[in-house]
Amino acid sequence: MIAHALFFYFFSIIAIVSAIFVIVSRNTVHAVFFLILDFISIACLFIMIGAEFLGMMMLIVYVGAVAVLFLFVVMLMNVTEQKLSWFRGTKKTGHIPVGLIIGTVILLELIVIVGGWKYRDSFAETEFLSFNSEFTNTHMIGNVMYTDFIHLFQISGIILLLAMIGAIVLTYRKREGVKTQSYIKQISREREDSVQLKDVEFDKGVKLDD
Amino acid sequence: MIEIGLGHYLTLGAIIFSLGTLGIFLNRKNVIVILMSVELILLAVNINLVSFSIYLQDITGQIFTMLILTVAAAEAAIGLAIIVSYYRNKGSIRVEEIDEMKG
Repeated sequence: MIAHALFFYFFSIIAIVSAIFVIVSRNTVHAVFFLILDFISIACLFIMIGAEFLGMMMLIVYVGAVAVLFLFVVMLMNVTEQKLSWFRGTKKTGHIPVGLIIGTVILLELIVIVGGWKYRDSFAETEFLSFNSEFTNTHMIGNVMYTDFIHLFQISGIILLLAMIGAIVLTYRKREGVKTQSYIKQISREREDSVQLKDVEFDKGVKLDD
Repeated sequence: MIEIGLGHYLTLGAIIFSLGTLGIFLNRKNVIVILMSVELILLAVNINLVSFSIYLQDITGQIFTMLILTVAAAEAAIGLAIIVSYYRNKGSIRVEEIDEMKG
């Protein structure tokens, strides 16, 4: 029990501090690094409370794919070093106090709701897919994912396909003056268009393509 | 304090969610940090779903967490593609310079 508490506080404090650094650090590359740290500590929390498959999935998807994508884009653009201070721009907008107030109010509301909340046993039917202690976490997810939640699974596949197509369409650029192979031109070429038979007179030569 | 319950995990999720919204509100630097704040918000949602799933002993929350993971990855890919094409056209992704629509 005390080990659970210690690990929970350790990982959650790391997660909160790195989330703060994500939004305040001046260097965007450092922000991405803190985002990776945040993902890793939350994945550790997931593994700790018994959602092992999701913890590993978070490591693979978030740290392995999303954060590396962020890092690539940040390094691709010339935006890593920001000379300006944290949130201030060149124009005066007065958004800092308003944003701080609204953010604090959101946090307080959430804390009030969470703190005053009690789980009522009869609130929701939880027997539907309850845990079975014979199986591991991954086994349980696999049992329901391709049977009860097959539509969800297919919809997420379609979402990924759409994201892939969208990203390609958004970033694709046709370059001018690059020599490429044109398959349609090659295939639709006929013998009559490309081969000519000429009668060449002696000692005169032949003139092509005049 | 020592007894870690559902409330602790929900509080962690609430704090990370608020930090994500604060990052969106306060940021004037570049759009990538806003996208990272959106990732933080989705992470907070994941924390909520997983902790409820564990404490109610119901696997459904973890399945929905997988869906949110998918959506987060798709959102990051599309958002970064938009940012890349905007940067290619304008040469800057500072938030205060993105004001073509005068909203």
